Amino acid sequence: MKTILKTSILIAAITGGFALAAMAQDTTPAAAVAEAVAEAAAEAPKYADMEAFQASPGFSLFTTNNLWMMLCASLVFLMHLGFASVESGLTRSKNTVNILFKNTLVPCIGILTYAIIGFNLMYPGGAFEGKWFGFGGFGISVTDDVASLTDAYASGYTYWTDFLFQSMFAATAATIVSGAVAERIKLSSFLVFATLFVTFSYPITGMWKWGGGWLNAMETPFYDFAGSTIVHSVGGWGALAGVIILGPRLGKYVGGKIRPILGHSMPLATIGVFLLWLGWFGFNGGSVLSADPAAVSLTLVTTCMAAAAGAVAAMMTAWTILKKPDLSMVLNGILAGLVGITAGADQMGPTSSVIIGLVSGVLVVLSVLFFDKIKIDDPVGAISVHLVCGIWGTLAVGIFGNLAGGKQLMSQIIGIVAVGVFTFVVAFILFFVVKLVMGLRVSAEEETEGLDIGEHGNHAYPDFQPLGEK
Amino acid sequence: MKKIEAIIKPFKLEEVKDALADVGIEGMTVTEVKGFGRQKGHTEIYRGSEYTVDFLPKIKVEIVVADSVASTVLGAIVKAAKTGKIGDGKVFVSSIDDAIRIRTEEKGESAV
Repeated sequence: MKTILKTSILIAAITGGFALAAMAQDTTPAAAVAEAVAEAAAEAPKYADMEAFQASPGFSLFTTNNLWMMLCASLVFLMHLGFASVESGLTRSKNTVNILFKNTLVPCIGILTYAIIGFNLMYPGGAFEGKWFGFGGFGISVTDDVASLTDAYASGYTYWTDFLFQSMFAATAATIVSGAVAERIKLSSFLVFATLFVTFSYPITGMWKWGGGWLNAMETPFYDFAGSTIVHSVGGWGALAGVIILGPRLGKYVGGKIRPILGHSMPLATIGVFLLWLGWFGFNGGSVLSADPAAVSLTLVTTCMAAAAGAVAAMMTAWTILKKPDLSMVLNGILAGLVGITAGADQMGPTSSVIIGLVSGVLVVLSVLFFDKIKIDDPVGAISVHLVCGIWGTLAVGIFGNLAGGKQLMSQIIGIVAVGVFTFVVAFILFFVVKLVMGLRVSAEEETEGLDIGEHGNHAYPDFQPLGEK
Repeated sequence: MKKIEAIIKPFKLEEVKDALADVGIEGMTVTEVKGFGRQKGHTEIYRGSEYTVDFLPKIKVEIVVADSVASTVLGAIVKAAKTGKIGDGKVFVSSIDDAIRIRTEEKGESAV
């Protein structure tokens, strides 16, 4: 009871503070959106009504585009299954129920909060162009069908499709954190952090670029096609902040040595990575924001080439440094390549994407080894994959492809640093406050026995219990 | 009656089972165990960190036999389980006070 009370007060305080900030804006949020929509509709409604749109020549193209976007939303949704599988495969079976629970709740909480607050924080509308913060009002709704459900809204998708597609992205940022803090974080504390992180931090930084904010309004705009910075590095910074405050798993760094804690299922981990790769077809393919054949087909090719190159480079690096080809490193390598290409998948050719993937594959292996050396315990390599390669992928846009150039590189650095500082500081504060209010880590006995018993009173594999245990 | 416990290499289980069938043994209990003797463990590596695995997987075969057949059974087990390489395992023989078949409640040698 006490914990629920404390948690509710915490969430209420933050929401209240944020609501105050929203109200302090120049334009009142709800009014701004209604105004903009009414303006657009009043000026010259593109179609008299929905029937007119359906009879118009643009209807088939719009339907095709929207169909692709909805399919992409489903593919990104599937990535949550991928994350669940990778994370449970690379951790111990005594914590599997807990990992699966977190990976199930995070997308659910993400979609709900994104509907209530996140979507309108990330896309507050034209009134907030070039700004640092904007809010379009609580909740999602359509008041004008023609303005929201035809190509008057966007050439590639309806308002609803827009919301759904973006909501799937939002939850992945918090899911990235769950892998890094696995096996020792308290469930309730993690859920509080993830809720606040996905509801506020992710959309605010996302708005800076995708919502028309200041990163987009620079002379040479910051470029992040599908979210190497906005999604992946955001998750990575959150993960880093969490792992620093949380500390390593018991027995991981003992007697000056790094003691490996083996994942319990390589098949699950592999299944997860391939599901993630499949999901990336939607993650990058849908970031074209239409079914445009030229753009989408190129994007899917660069995406897959980078993934493949990441795997090969990770294999070579691991084989060379560690004398053995490590499967989990190769799996990380695929993800590293995917994260690396995500910032510029539509701006690269096959050669550039392979180079980006190769570098990502090398980086991820070195990062995994590095973080262990400095006692940052990341069971699944989330920080190495999403933060390190997210930064690399973002920089790569200034080095390779159509946008390569000094000015672009400068803009990329600005974006990386701005998002990084904001996200890391906010995540650090969030974790710190959660730790103060309700504790962050499970007890040593619970960690040893396994979070499945301690947090859930449950086993993941009840049929494989030693004889005599109920 | 004698209890014979044989700790053998896992891949030898089929061979040992067949050899026991050949000398007329109709039942046994098998457990998956880990252990080591003079055969040391080996080094493994996971995500860049090395660790030694000292306990190696073995199979323990337990049978209870009449005194008269004990030495025949021992011979069959040793012959079937031997590879000549380190880690082949060990067989232990002990005396059993009594045995009961649960279904029929037979006691003594007729229970085995």
